[in-house]
Amino acid sequence: MVSGASSPAAGRQLFDCRDAYMNELEAMAAADPRVCAVANDSLSSAKLKNFKARFPDRFVNVGIAEQNMVGVGAGLASGGMVPYVCGAACFLTARAMEQVKVDLAYTRANVKLCAMSPGMAYGQLGPTHHSIEDLAWMRVIPNLTVLVPADPVETAAVMRYSLEHEGPMFLRIARVPVRCVHGDDYKFRLGKAVQLREGSDVTLIANGLMVGCALDAAQALEAHGVSARVLNMSTVKPLDREAILNAARTTRGIVTAEEALAAGGLGGAVAEVVAQEHPTPLRILGVPDVFAPTGTAQFLLEHFGLTAAGIERTALDLLKYEG
Amino acid sequence: MDELALEESASAEARWKSLKHKANWIRLSSMTMNHHAGLGHTGGDLSSADILAVLFLGELLKIDPAQPGWPQRDRFILSKGHGAAAYYSALAARGFFPTAQLKTYMDPLSMLNGHPDRNKVSGVEANTGPLGHGLPVAVGAALAARMRKESWRVFVLTGDGELQEGSNWEAAMTAQHYRLDNLTVIVDRNRIQQGDFTENTIRMEPLAERFRAFGFAVEEIDGHSIPELLDRFTHLPIEVGKPSCVIARTIKGKGVSFAENQPAWHHGVPSKEQLAAAAVELGMDAAW
Repeated sequence: MVSGASSPAAGRQLFDCRDAYMNELEAMAAADPRVCAVANDSLSSAKLKNFKARFPDRFVNVGIAEQNMVGVGAGLASGGMVPYVCGAACFLTARAMEQVKVDLAYTRANVKLCAMSPGMAYGQLGPTHHSIEDLAWMRVIPNLTVLVPADPVETAAVMRYSLEHEGPMFLRIARVPVRCVHGDDYKFRLGKAVQLREGSDVTLIANGLMVGCALDAAQALEAHGVSARVLNMSTVKPLDREAILNAARTTRGIVTAEEALAAGGLGGAVAEVVAQEHPTPLRILGVPDVFAPTGTAQFLLEHFGLTAAGIERTALDLLKYEG
Repeated sequence: MDELALEESASAEARWKSLKHKANWIRLSSMTMNHHAGLGHTGGDLSSADILAVLFLGELLKIDPAQPGWPQRDRFILSKGHGAAAYYSALAARGFFPTAQLKTYMDPLSMLNGHPDRNKVSGVEANTGPLGHGLPVAVGAALAARMRKESWRVFVLTGDGELQEGSNWEAAMTAQHYRLDNLTVIVDRNRIQQGDFTENTIRMEPLAERFRAFGFAVEEIDGHSIPELLDRFTHLPIEVGKPSCVIARTIKGKGVSFAENQPAWHHGVPSKEQLAAAAVELGMDAAW
């Protein structure tokens, strides 16, 4: 299904996906008494101030204590609540990795991790505050569903879906402003890539911030006579192997793009599928094996070629050498 | 003493004796499991046996083996997950699964891992093994009771060396801030961790003062005294408005003379001869 490109919502206006997350979380809490939130001090960056005011009895602030925060989430779930454990992605993953593995994934606790401001959203604050390893870390943990919504429409859809889905989830909530790539009629389906644009020469597979860039790249590739398919792979796990294999069979190559390390994340997942089942020319766009220099998020994205132009260049390069 | 009081006292003593016997059964059962598996944590199984017997077999926990997921149940979390053999023995004795399962401990594909898995074993509340996980989960379960206006209580049994993990103290801060008096932390204070005595490794004293400073109501009791354990656990919280901490002074390897107070028995495994000698000391022929 092709959706979004012609929707009235699909303009160039930019949105902070945290607003969609916040609105949906409050709406779900108003409708379902099981919904509660757990924070680690940062109420502003997790957009929980209003939640706290509206639902004080279902809001827990554990302070600056991420290991405890994730464990508390597991305990709340064992008591029948549906906790949304919300914190900066860099700390929520790295600091609480064993709790995510044991208390949530291994236990199959019904906890939703809301990883705020992932990727290089905290650009100038430096690599301590970047969360570019998270997709690689989270993707390899059994039982954990890993979702990277692309825009506010999908963020809201994923939030609604998370309440219906029994089991632990990792939701990567973007802070860097993005444009809408989905129409208001968008329906999220777990484990299903969304084809946003048809194409027969090359397939661009992206998620999060990179989906808008992939659409722009596909548009630019037209001028070179290249027909590019665009897939929004918002579900990193469970992966839509069929969509990937279909791309491998019906186009000449695949370019993946993600706001994360090039190692181990979406690109790694796609590589594992095509290398074993249908070897295909592949380029993985992401942050190389370095800690990022200082700069705004936008500066760093451009620095690493995580832009429409970077995807366009990479696709042309792939077709030139592999086609 | 009038006749009724005499009768009550006789029945209390009979109950204590029966629970002590059950605790010793947990001891011998754990040692038998460890012997069969060729692996295990005998010292800590033996130090926690009386605590487990009183909670699970003294009818103090509101739990129902017929409905392990009963929403209003009390939650018991074994944070010292390496004490799995004693825990499984207590769960089996309480009726969560047949004691015949115990002999499969750590066998290939057995439901009984070396550390408990709630998705495999009826009655297990939380998956534990790495240390410092139980208390945060217990705090969450206690908060859930409050959010849902339910009266269930949460018990978490930790080791003492385990308290070196910082996550415990993160959780302790949350427990005191939210005044979780439906939460009881029981510390199996056997004074030995894997490598050595706790006080030679990282000094844990003054442990009671530390918990008090973190906002807990604390009581230290003899962790092998059935009457003291019964009395404490039937009178909770220790103080209204505060989480409770019961420091159970125990002996690692308790009940089996050659294993008592020996760091090597942290994960010592009894030989056939040692198992037979333990059975004699524990006053029974075999656990199962």
